[in-house]
Amino acid sequence: MPDVAPAPAQDIATERTGWRAVVADWSADRRTFRGVSWGKAMMWIFLLSDTFIFSCFLIAYMTARMSTTVPWPNASEVFALEIFGTNLPLILIAIMTFVLISSSGTMAMAVNFAYRRDRVKTALLMLATALFGAAFVGMQAFEWTKLIHEGVRPWENPWGAPQFGAAFFMITGFHGTHVTIGVIFLLIIARKVWRGDFDQGRKGFFTSRSGRWEIVEITGLYWHFVDLVWVFIFAFFYLW
Amino acid sequence: MAHAATAEGQQHPIKLYLVVWGWLFILSAFSYLVDYFQLEGMLRWALILLFMALKAGLIIAVFMHMAWERLALTYAILLPPLVVLVFLGIMMFESDYTLYMRETFFAGAAL
Repeated sequence: MPDVAPAPAQDIATERTGWRAVVADWSADRRTFRGVSWGKAMMWIFLLSDTFIFSCFLIAYMTARMSTTVPWPNASEVFALEIFGTNLPLILIAIMTFVLISSSGTMAMAVNFAYRRDRVKTALLMLATALFGAAFVGMQAFEWTKLIHEGVRPWENPWGAPQFGAAFFMITGFHGTHVTIGVIFLLIIARKVWRGDFDQGRKGFFTSRSGRWEIVEITGLYWHFVDLVWVFIFAFFYLW
Repeated sequence: MAHAATAEGQQHPIKLYLVVWGWLFILSAFSYLVDYFQLEGMLRWALILLFMALKAGLIIAVFMHMAWERLALTYAILLPPLVVLVFLGIMMFESDYTLYMRETFFAGAAL
């Protein structure tokens, strides 16, 4: 099936609004998500499934933490860093949070310029996003190294409940993997944008089909989701 | 430029993204300050969850453009995660029970 831009929702939409529109769309006996391309709909459905995966990790962590009789290590102290002689609690995590939010900001603007067909600005903003993402993964590698040197393992740690290590490595590791994949994804699409693939209708290497500018927004959805997951990890793992 | 969500894309002024970006920075700073000032108890939880919800809402609504999608898609994506809250409730109940059992029958053992 060729990947074509769907008809604008306004043209095919009926006058219904609210829940009536939802019911009409779902019962129309045709593609449900009007005005939404398959690529975008499928990315959203993938993100929904990923939401459940991360939810399960966080709930497993909560269950371990709430049911143990051993005190949980204090994240504020575990992740503190000494910078210029002052001991700052949780500072690395705060910097990582700001880096990831900044990458989301540049990504949102890349999507905006993509829809204005601005090749150079879109590619540069996507590269900036990838750079922020790589910086984030780098800081995470630093954090892991530090904790491993201090004796944190998935089965033990020097400060308290042994489940701390398992939860930490599992949750941040899975998130870091997502960021890494996102960086690769960004670089591939940025190259296509830079080369002008979407203006010339150049065929993709794997798909043998020409892509559309919308792939920038779809990449953006994935990237913002990675940032979104970090919001929850920051709140539940680091601030609890 | 007027707000419009068409098949050819979302057209919003750049300023909108910069404002949201700024708010995300401010809210993250507030979250960090909750820890920095060592706030405890219900106040800590309320603030953490409030800032978390606001940040998540801004990212989904504006950065991911959910605010301008058709409701059929919005509900299909945003309603299912609510069942996670049920799971969350079940596991909180279960954790309390496990902790109670451990404290009652395994007092002194590191579990």
